[in-house]
Amino acid sequence: MSDFIEKNLDRDGIDRRGFLKCMAWAGTGTLCLLQGGVLKSFALSDVMHKYVGDLKGDLSFVQISDSHIGFNKAANPDVTATLREAIAKVNALPTPPSFVLHTGDLTHLSKPEEFDTLAESLKSLRTDRIFYVPGEHDVLNDNGEMFHERFGKDTQGDGWYSFDQKGAHFIGLVNVLNLKAGGLGNLGQDQLEWLEKDVASLKSSTPIVVFAHIPLWSIYPQWGWGTDDSEQALSYLKRFGSVTVLNGHIHQTMQKIEGNITFHTANSTAFPQPEPGQADSPGPLKVPAEKLHSMLGITDVNFVRGKHTLAIVDSTL
Amino acid sequence: MRHSKMQQSKAVRNLGTVILGTAAILSLTLASGTLRARPLGGAQTGTPTAAQMAGEEKSGAKAVTIDNFSFGPMQLEVPVGTQVTWINKDDVPHTVVSVDHKFKSRALDTDEKFSFTFQDAGTYEYFCSVHPKMTGKIVVK
Repeated sequence: MSDFIEKNLDRDGIDRRGFLKCMAWAGTGTLCLLQGGVLKSFALSDVMHKYVGDLKGDLSFVQISDSHIGFNKAANPDVTATLREAIAKVNALPTPPSFVLHTGDLTHLSKPEEFDTLAESLKSLRTDRIFYVPGEHDVLNDNGEMFHERFGKDTQGDGWYSFDQKGAHFIGLVNVLNLKAGGLGNLGQDQLEWLEKDVASLKSSTPIVVFAHIPLWSIYPQWGWGTDDSEQALSYLKRFGSVTVLNGHIHQTMQKIEGNITFHTANSTAFPQPEPGQADSPGPLKVPAEKLHSMLGITDVNFVRGKHTLAIVDSTL
Repeated sequence: MRHSKMQQSKAVRNLGTVILGTAAILSLTLASGTLRARPLGGAQTGTPTAAQMAGEEKSGAKAVTIDNFSFGPMQLEVPVGTQVTWINKDDVPHTVVSVDHKFKSRALDTDEKFSFTFQDAGTYEYFCSVHPKMTGKIVVK
């Protein structure tokens, strides 16, 4: 594969080299290490043997996503079991994560019993705290009221919030409400104004981690894999030296670096979805049972203070 | 943004129309090579007869199938007073939401239906509020 972009046919701003490399990683487990804007990647098997000592940081946390509790179709008839496996994987990490981010689609149909099962299952996570943002499947019939009541207390507006950990600033955004006909994910004016104010007083050296359900970069708009007003949100973050954006929604890992911003999507704990444009629709990808576990997983993130480094490791179940 | 709740089971009160509506759905899914539709409320079994198919045309009940993240047909022209029934054939939930807030379904899981009777002429654009790239149009004349 050439290291240079000879022809950029799609003009979508995605670095084709990085995009293709990341696509090749999907489901295999890879470490991404960002140092001074340069992405280094290692196979997870190598990392475990050779590099693990370098990964110790000031802060480590885990992202899990798209648990779809209540889904029971062919792609994965037992999504609660695979969620439990993801939890076991987190609990087996050598250093327990400071917290866990769930980036949405906790449930498949926003039913109370589905939220109950999710909450009950996550009680066994060995971590101090779990932070949530909703996916579109969590806000189906009530504009997100049930989700908000259970998982979004102490948040602003329709559920957005921020917090600080070990000198890094974390921002949870909601982009699954008030979606417009023909459009993509949506943040909305109120949330954008809040975001601008939220980061206004921060030093530019503060590492920023943004998490939201639908990708904040345009992955495949034809399938709704993007957010209409994400450009404006990201414009408020341009002055920061290190910005990491963590999303779910597309049930596969992808990564892109654009200037100071690293975008990353996580695997689902429930079922895989097709690669962009590789199927008639983004519906659940039915794979042989023995292959399912290699396409589900968790994401482990390490932050080393002073190095502007976030090391992101995806591992499959 | 909140919408008033619309009736989802209007069809249940008019069994005659239900049977005819189901016939329309069966004919649509047969055309795509698989017969997956279940008759609503067990009112009908087996494949639709020629008489039922003809009746469907007479009553004017129409069906829109949600499949592969799209509404089929995307545009439907019907006379005033027609009841349109949407059925979700996907593995994921979808909704049927009028852009002008004229009707709104709850989330429809696989094989679930939503019906709305169009009493006024006009163009009704709608979309799936879960996957807003999915859009459709009912033209009532």
